[in-house]
Amino acid sequence: MTLLQLEAISYQKQNKMILQVDELSLKRGDHIGIIGPNGAGKSTLLNILAMLEPPTSGTITFDGMKINPNKIPISLRHRTASVFQHSQRFDMTVFQNVALGLKIKGIAKNEREQRVHEWLTRFRIDHLSNEHAYNLSGGEAQRMNLARAFALEPEALFMDEPFSALDAPTKASLMYELKSILRERDITAIFVSHDLLEIEAMSEKLAVIIDGRIIQKGNVRDVLNAPSDIAAPFLHAWNQLKQGLDPGVQ
Amino acid sequence: MELIVSGLSEAFRMIIELDRDIFDITWLTLRVCILATLISMIIGIPLGMLLALKHFIGRRFLIVLAQAGMGLPPVVAGLWVTIFLWRSGPLGSIQWLFTPTAIVIAQVVVSLPIIISLTYAALQRLDPQLKKQLKALGPTRLQYGWFLLREARFGIVAAVMAGLGRVLAEVGAAQMVGGNLLGDTRILTTAMVMEVSRGNFDVAFALSFILMTIAFLITFLLTYFQQRQVIR
Repeated sequence: MTLLQLEAISYQKQNKMILQVDELSLKRGDHIGIIGPNGAGKSTLLNILAMLEPPTSGTITFDGMKINPNKIPISLRHRTASVFQHSQRFDMTVFQNVALGLKIKGIAKNEREQRVHEWLTRFRIDHLSNEHAYNLSGGEAQRMNLARAFALEPEALFMDEPFSALDAPTKASLMYELKSILRERDITAIFVSHDLLEIEAMSEKLAVIIDGRIIQKGNVRDVLNAPSDIAAPFLHAWNQLKQGLDPGVQ
Repeated sequence: MELIVSGLSEAFRMIIELDRDIFDITWLTLRVCILATLISMIIGIPLGMLLALKHFIGRRFLIVLAQAGMGLPPVVAGLWVTIFLWRSGPLGSIQWLFTPTAIVIAQVVVSLPIIISLTYAALQRLDPQLKKQLKALGPTRLQYGWFLLREARFGIVAAVMAGLGRVLAEVGAAQMVGGNLLGDTRILTTAMVMEVSRGNFDVAFALSFILMTIAFLITFLLTYFQQRQVIR
């Protein structure tokens, strides 16, 4: 069943066309990666999908409802969550940071506390509960952001390069945790990255975006095995990089 | 040197003996300054938020106006308030000229642009990504404004301190619209100017100590509140 759909979307800034998407559909439980070079329009597409930025034209449908992008119902926002590249820390404790979305949503105090503890434990930062968020390392802060997102029990989770600022061991452990939670809770996840390794690890579906257009989409394996002419150079560069880093490949 | 020593000892005597006139002047000063700052906060913080968070026609002009208003000479503010409250002026019928209310109005005119501009600056400095994250959590407009204010509270307290400082130090406008009438509109700054012109340095010293003590105590309290919030 389709959860989120974009049709004939365009986004212009200062009369310059930034993004044009004919159609993009996400089914419930889909994990889709959006990949493309820097400046291709990945984050703009994610912002439009997350309804954080209205498109210049086009239609967004969420769970069968046509959305007016200039007037997003709060109840609809409460069904989604977003995590961004640079961990966003509010000037409060870790516990309060994770509880913030629940407080905004109007969740009762007891349930709020129970959910915050559950997710702090799940992301292994419960011992930092009373710590000020500004004192956390990059990895801890991103765990806090993911805990804040999952505590909301979203139907769709939007992630904009959530691992790009993390070191390799932190990235690997977080990706593993995230993937298992997404499967366990059947959450639709949209994951933006310019790193094919991250996309392969996190998503079953892939959309390649170049110069503001979705050039190719489909199952990750299918796209990688048969890239289109325009997507091929970008994806090929990644394959070369992977092989070059593998000492077993000559 | 003798002038200073005798002035200082006389000043302490007057403060310790709680001189009636000085008590009245101090009490009036506290009332008008705190009221003017509160009014400036109530009007200025929402206006600063509006300028920082909403885009509308005339916004840039209002930002320039508020920032230019930070340098408004108090005597100019006093002149305009006087003209408006003058018997034959647009608001003459309400007879507020030479009353504490007129001083409050003049002080609001000089402190309001400071609070608007510094609130605007404090909110502008917030990371746009943080605003996006907050928006993604689905707050109502009121919640959105409240949590942003909370994030910018360090700058907002600084805005209030700057506004209060301007009000406490202000003399020209208060003199013009209040008239420095004993027991009615005489406040610490206008009384000091008058006592110095009369050569009563002891009284002027006493008044200056009180004024500095008030300024220090209020600023200390606000700074304590501000720092308590940012201790990690």
